[in-house]
Amino acid sequence: MSDVTEREADAPRDSAMHELARDDSSRKRFLKMMGGTSAAAAFTIFLAACGEDEKKKSSGEPKQSSGGGSMKGDLEIVQYALTLEHLETDFYDAVIKSGVIKDKALAEVATAIRDNEQEHVDALTKTVEQLGGKPMKPETTFDAVIKGGAQKVLETAATVENLGAAAYLGQAGRIKSKEVLAAALSIHTVEARHAAALNKVVGKTIVPDGAFAKPASMEEVLPLVKPFLKA
Amino acid sequence: MSNEKLAAPELGVIDVQGMTRQSFMIKGALAAGTVYGVATVAPFVSEAIAQEGGGDVDILNFALTLEYLEATFYEMGLKNVKGLGGDAKELATTLQENEAEHVKALTEAIKGLGGTPTKAPGVDFADAFSSQKAFLKTAQTFEDLGVSAYNGAATQIKSKEVLGSAGAIVQIEARHAAAIRGLNKQPITESAFDKALEMEEVLSAVKPFVKG
Repeated sequence: MSDVTEREADAPRDSAMHELARDDSSRKRFLKMMGGTSAAAAFTIFLAACGEDEKKKSSGEPKQSSGGGSMKGDLEIVQYALTLEHLETDFYDAVIKSGVIKDKALAEVATAIRDNEQEHVDALTKTVEQLGGKPMKPETTFDAVIKGGAQKVLETAATVENLGAAAYLGQAGRIKSKEVLAAALSIHTVEARHAAALNKVVGKTIVPDGAFAKPASMEEVLPLVKPFLKA
Repeated sequence: MSNEKLAAPELGVIDVQGMTRQSFMIKGALAAGTVYGVATVAPFVSEAIAQEGGGDVDILNFALTLEYLEATFYEMGLKNVKGLGGDAKELATTLQENEAEHVKALTEAIKGLGGTPTKAPGVDFADAFSSQKAFLKTAQTFEDLGVSAYNGAATQIKSKEVLGSAGAIVQIEARHAAAIRGLNKQPITESAFDKALEMEEVLSAVKPFVKG
């Protein structure tokens, strides 16, 4: 949109997350922008989880982006979405590998959802690159959940999908680019489908918020996924 | 960040981050309207909409037409489908309630923007109520179509508030679609990315169900 003039000349636009991981002053500035100390605390978890992976991939010179200030905000949102999609994909991979779900039909559902999440990861990775960023990938762990058995796994899956849907909804109004918004919306409703199907499996209502879904902000989402991220 | 009441209380669940000039003008004008009378402020509201948000009323009316169709479909289905029971009846009841709430919220939102809510369309659902199977098949068509309709229209929405409420509704349509598909033994989704349809495509898809 043409009326956006927000601009931070001294903030890197190309690899914002990577820069944040090593530059303390830009991290503080970014976290301030994210809306206060609770977000700041939550987001450092992501940075810690992504730090090692970033180091391995950061040998090349960062690409220059032609995007303006508005694209920088979109890049951060897409990185956030990508991190959540990685988390989901890793979760279903770990669940399928563990064989904890014995019911054949439910195992097939988990595999179908995993395939959707992998496609989301692939699409968002490309979007991050198109916006001139370095795609983030968190280190995840789901051992505790899987040890809890099939019911615990399914309940966690339902929780994660409902949270994912709320997370996309929470960002929709902040996205500047129509292309990024269209992509986010097309993923948002698939997360919602997953959420409803899994809610049904675990005996919950398909519409826990009633007729109007509630959004969740980054500050609300990040602490809830913390248990799945390796520090 | 402002916590003031929105014109449509149903939309108050949306946490709006930042406010557009248009919505600011509308809210200001509506607040003034309670003091000076609606007739005094109506021209200002119209002007604000003409400048930046005229399209949002059209999009909301498009959505309202679809929600009317869905709400009426479930209402009639609950009365007319022979042998409707169990999970299917329970789900149809939930869906009917949700769609009726969407109708109400969209009507209020359109009024809040100074627009005129479209009337409920005449309907013809042909033999969709002849059996539970036929009913659920048409329900799946409606819900999948609803998802694609909102996703297609959403990128054209100017106001962040309106986008937020469209998002809050489309997520529910997607949940409905998945639940209906479950009953129909269909995959949760056809694709990892829900389709976005143009308004014309949606209108031509619902045309067989609209009478007059």
